[in-house]
Amino acid sequence: MGGQRVLVVGAGLAGLRAAEGLRAHGYTGDITVVGDEAWAPYNRPPLSKEALHGDLAHEKLAFRVRSNAADVTWRHGVAATHADLAARLVRFDDGEVMGYDALVAATGVRARRLQIPGPPQTAAARRHVIRTLDDAVGLRAGLVPGAKVVVLGAGFIGCEVAATATTLGCEVHCVAIDPYPMVRPLGPELAAELQRRHEKHGVTFHLGVGVAEFVGDHHVTDVVLTDGTRLGTDVVVEALGSRCNDEWLDGNGLDLDDGVLTDTALRPVRDGAPVDGVAVVGDLARFPNLRFDDRALRVEHWSIPTDTGRRAGAVLAAYLAGDGYADAVAARWDVLPSFWSDQFDIRLQSYGMPGLADADGIRVLEGDLSDECVVGYHRGDELVGVVGVGMLRVVNGYRDRVGHPVVG
Amino acid sequence: MSFKVIVDWDLCQDHGQCAFAAPEVFHIGDDGTMVVLVEEPDEALRSKVEDAADVCPVQAIRIQG
Ligand SMILES: Cc1cc2nc3c(=O)[nH]c(=O)nc-3n(C[C@H](O)[C@H](O)[C@H](O)COP(=O)(O)OP(=O)(O)OC[C@H]3O[C@@H](n4cnc5c(N)ncnc54)[C@H](O)[C@@H]3O)c2cc1C
Ligand code: SF4
Repeated sequence: MGGQRVLVVGAGLAGLRAAEGLRAHGYTGDITVVGDEAWAPYNRPPLSKEALHGDLAHEKLAFRVRSNAADVTWRHGVAATHADLAARLVRFDDGEVMGYDALVAATGVRARRLQIPGPPQTAAARRHVIRTLDDAVGLRAGLVPGAKVVVLGAGFIGCEVAATATTLGCEVHCVAIDPYPMVRPLGPELAAELQRRHEKHGVTFHLGVGVAEFVGDHHVTDVVLTDGTRLGTDVVVEALGSRCNDEWLDGNGLDLDDGVLTDTALRPVRDGAPVDGVAVVGDLARFPNLRFDDRALRVEHWSIPTDTGRRAGAVLAAYLAGDGYADAVAARWDVLPSFWSDQFDIRLQSYGMPGLADADGIRVLEGDLSDECVVGYHRGDELVGVVGVGMLRVVNGYRDRVGHPVVG
Repeated sequence: MSFKVIVDWDLCQDHGQCAFAAPEVFHIGDDGTMVVLVEEPDEALRSKVEDAADVCPVQAIRIQG
């Protein structure tokens, strides 16, 4: 079997777990992981939480690599520019072209930017995003006591940054087009309660409005909202969701509408048929999760890179060995998406897909909304998600009741 | 043969994910905090403990040996 090569593009958590998964399933050939960041894979969630007011050293955030993957070749600081899946070649921005026997696409997402004229989209111009360690280092420098911080977007990451910046002594305004922070995944009742808690800690929300203008020449001095409000600012954080890093896969006939559409074996789909020898993992993958239904969805949760990386490892190892491939592909597979968020003293823990719930399917299952509670999200009679505000042990007890697990 | 489980207690935030992956080794007590049941588990548990280390959101679990 010597002489085979697996090429993993994207050196984040999903790329790492796919490499480990290949080894765990007996693949002994070459594995090369190429990523455009300068760093070995590291943990992103702390970047908007504890690390943003603590230690932003890479060695504190780096993932442990399993001993079985110690012989993987890592190339950092190199970006894939184009893949030719028919010829099994990937071209990189340093001019190199690499062939492969199997390919793992693990390039994740990047922060979405507001397309509004104004100072350049750089940390020096005080316009920040938060996706990478370098982003967090740039942002942290501006989060000094008394700094005026405008967070654009009130999703999980926006709310975490708002909480962290407030804790660091900044004056924080959070702007979003939605009626409540985090309302899309959590529903209006819990979202309104979390808004109250943020406000109690000093965060000011501007909801149901957008951004009209960034004022300033070299750096942003004011953000003008669509309702005319003008917010003076030292630091702007754009936390407006993400864009998939899928451009390097253009031109292969794949469905790239929102990440890469795959089948349940994580093989990309072309003209309705799966492409063998290729797997898509992590934030980039739009895959059917049979725990809920056969609709393919992208899930930007930390648990997904590990689940999909292991699955891709099993499928590709069997493919490369020419042994047990049909069984590996057909194996029943589902995942329980798991997500947590820390904001001030609030620990949110979510299981499943709360966003799939009916508008009238959201009910408090335990506890009290104004204190600690577990909220259930239903689609018809089916529990599709649970979210705990505190009550970690109680919400953890609901894990097996979410969706219809198909594997034990 | 056995190996050693090392938890960085400064990092651990009692997420409890480890206890789902390897209940033989990690346990969430009644007060909600995590305790390590077996500090030097049998080799047969290695893969489960590695799974537990993988799913710890703050990467607080290390395996030695
Ligand atoms: C600030 C922040 C906080 C978060 N908090 C939570 C949380 O509390 N709970 C939770 O469940 N999830 C959280 N997440 C989400 C979680 O971190 C992601 O789901 C996870 O990192 C996805 O891993 P991935 O490997 O798929 O993608 P990434 O980690 O994005 O890895 C992809 C890698 O590929 C690289 N790349 C991109 N394009 C190319 C190319 N063309 N060539 C080569 N390399 C390329 C990227 O630079 C990156 O290094 C958070 C994310 C962020 C950014
Ligand atoms: S998963 Fe990590 S943080 Fe949670 S209890 Fe286990 S070691 Fe602690």
